[in-house]
Amino acid sequence: MKKSLAGWAFAGPALIVLGLFFGVPVLEAFCLSFSDFDLYALADWRNLRFTGLHNYLDLLQTPLFWKSLGNTFYFVVVGVPLSIAISLGAALLLNSAAARVKGFFRTAMFAPVVTTVVAVAVIWKYLFHTSYGLVNWALAHFGIGAVDWFGNPHWAMPTIILFAVWKNFGYNMVILLAGLQSIPQDLYEAARIDGASRWRQFLHITLPLLGPVLMVVGVITVSGYFQLFAEPYVMTQGEPLQSTVSVLYFMFDEGFKWWNLGRASAVAFLLFAIILAVTALLLRFGRKRDLL
Amino acid sequence: MRMVIAAALLTLCSCASDSSVTTIRFMAMGREAEVIGDLIAEFEHENPDVRVDVQQIPWIAAHEKLLTAFAADALPDLCQLGNTWIPEFAALHSLEPLQPYVDASSTIDANDYFPGIWATNVIDDKLYGIPWYVDTRLLFYRRDLLAQAGYDHPPQNWAEWEQQMAAIKRVRGDRHYAVMMPVNEFEQLLSFALQQSEPLLRDGGTRGNFESTGFRRALAFYARTFAEGWAPPMSQTQISNVWDEFFNGLFVFYVSGPWNIREFRKRAPQGLEASWATAPLPGPEALGAGIAGGTSLVLFRSSQHKAQTWKLVEFLSRPQIQERFHAAIGDPPPRRSTWNLPGLAQDPYAGAFRDQLERVKPTPKVLEWERIVQEMRLTSERVVRGGEAQDAAVRELDARVDGILEKRRWMRERDEHIARSP
Repeated sequence: MKKSLAGWAFAGPALIVLGLFFGVPVLEAFCLSFSDFDLYALADWRNLRFTGLHNYLDLLQTPLFWKSLGNTFYFVVVGVPLSIAISLGAALLLNSAAARVKGFFRTAMFAPVVTTVVAVAVIWKYLFHTSYGLVNWALAHFGIGAVDWFGNPHWAMPTIILFAVWKNFGYNMVILLAGLQSIPQDLYEAARIDGASRWRQFLHITLPLLGPVLMVVGVITVSGYFQLFAEPYVMTQGEPLQSTVSVLYFMFDEGFKWWNLGRASAVAFLLFAIILAVTALLLRFGRKRDLL
Repeated sequence: MRMVIAAALLTLCSCASDSSVTTIRFMAMGREAEVIGDLIAEFEHENPDVRVDVQQIPWIAAHEKLLTAFAADALPDLCQLGNTWIPEFAALHSLEPLQPYVDASSTIDANDYFPGIWATNVIDDKLYGIPWYVDTRLLFYRRDLLAQAGYDHPPQNWAEWEQQMAAIKRVRGDRHYAVMMPVNEFEQLLSFALQQSEPLLRDGGTRGNFESTGFRRALAFYARTFAEGWAPPMSQTQISNVWDEFFNGLFVFYVSGPWNIREFRKRAPQGLEASWATAPLPGPEALGAGIAGGTSLVLFRSSQHKAQTWKLVEFLSRPQIQERFHAAIGDPPPRRSTWNLPGLAQDPYAGAFRDQLERVKPTPKVLEWERIVQEMRLTSERVVRGGEAQDAAVRELDARVDGILEKRRWMRERDEHIARSP
């Protein structure tokens, strides 16, 4: 048997499954995005029309699409750096020589990642409840009046960001921890002999050597955070004043609330193009700085 | 492994072929599904050969859930459907036409139902649903504060209402208002628009008719209440507690729905229990129309047990059962004979609803309606809060609605073309 044939035979089953359940639907959705598939078409195929780029052009003139894009960028621009900073902080703490019961803390901080969003969201809704939530109760001790976390358009997105960061930072923390552990200790020893402070050690040893890992974590987090959906869906349903409608949420509404599957598919591919562009930029930035 | 599957299939088959007891699936929403348990038990007692499997779905997910069920061919036998969704499910050919069932029925009499409510279930002359409970908007008002302004009765028409609002504003001063119509709700303007003789859509529901004199008049009246300072340009979220504010006297009139009877009763502070009342909506000349909202019971065409399911529809439509359902949940019943039963006839607050229900009107029966009405609300918000000129606003609204209805227009032209060609 030829070597290449054996390779195909082993990869074949996986490729078929991927092709059938991923490739074909993506291709179908791409075709749908150039049609006006909707409820009428669902009732009768003769009501389906090919509309070319109309869905895409129409979306660019839809205010709610831009609003959802703005909300998503807000979430990404604030959420990603915050998430990476907290992950890095937690990883540094776990990696420090002074840390005790590391296993326990590592598990505790990873726990939110493996719990289900819906269950955790219910708890957060209680914590952030306007009148009997723990957060407002604690703030009241500092003389801060009750904040309507999920009802006020200015506070809803920050609360969602906080929730998402808390939920996900453990994942990046584990990757960064592995990165930290692979930095040779003798570098720190040499720096200490030269009299470098902890901060300088962090700045000139830890950060540069962690660069490639940070890059990977950054790309994964950015592409993940652009796909914000579950958090607003379970916590705010896009309210108040559509301040927590993300692009994916908008797509979900178009697709499954109004059943405009053509338009919804177009949203999906626009989002895909945006994520591709942003991660390509990140990678280019990384290459320029020799992080990859 | 294969044996296990075969055995499992065998047991499944034996369950399905057991015909002594039929199980029908009933999808009910929100609180309705919770309070219906006792009634269902009674139905099962009356019909030992039928078992009812009530599936509760939350209102916010109901629409998606039903459409997904349709696409997956997994619709239940019976469902309560918001009556603005009936055109949509009728367009999908998923609803069973019910006229033959009604003709043969001794319990359900179309003439006993409020005509506007019944009409929401009729699409292109075909009946697709039986009204279960209704919903409309009318006036809640403070009798004592209205008397303070010099009036001993609620307004009968717009002109009188405007006089009363102006008088209230004079007496109560700058920090108080005459009427509360939250700008994030479309129901108030929609009620005024339904009071006009012109329809809201034209050309067989393929174009907006918001530039008509009727809608302009409704919008002008609505906008004037804000421009004069009679109504505060606030949304529901800006008023932390609308019931408290009502009893504090922030406003005298409140345009709202039947669920608030219970709330106001419960929340009226001591000494103010008798201070409030309900009244039908005033119209341009006399008492006017209102929204014919509510939900209907529908049978899905895909159901295998239509006869048994219809029995449940008839059971739930009996006046005595409707009265008990009303007592449990507070939604007004759709039949006049239910209203004549003592439980409702003696309720002083419900009376205005009965009066209003005689004059409710359906909204246009197109499946795009929910989107259209959202556009209408956004337009009214731009006029009230953004100061947009009403002329330009209705023109823009018509253009947007025409855009939404483009597909309908295309389908209609195509069908006419096919009909014309030999």
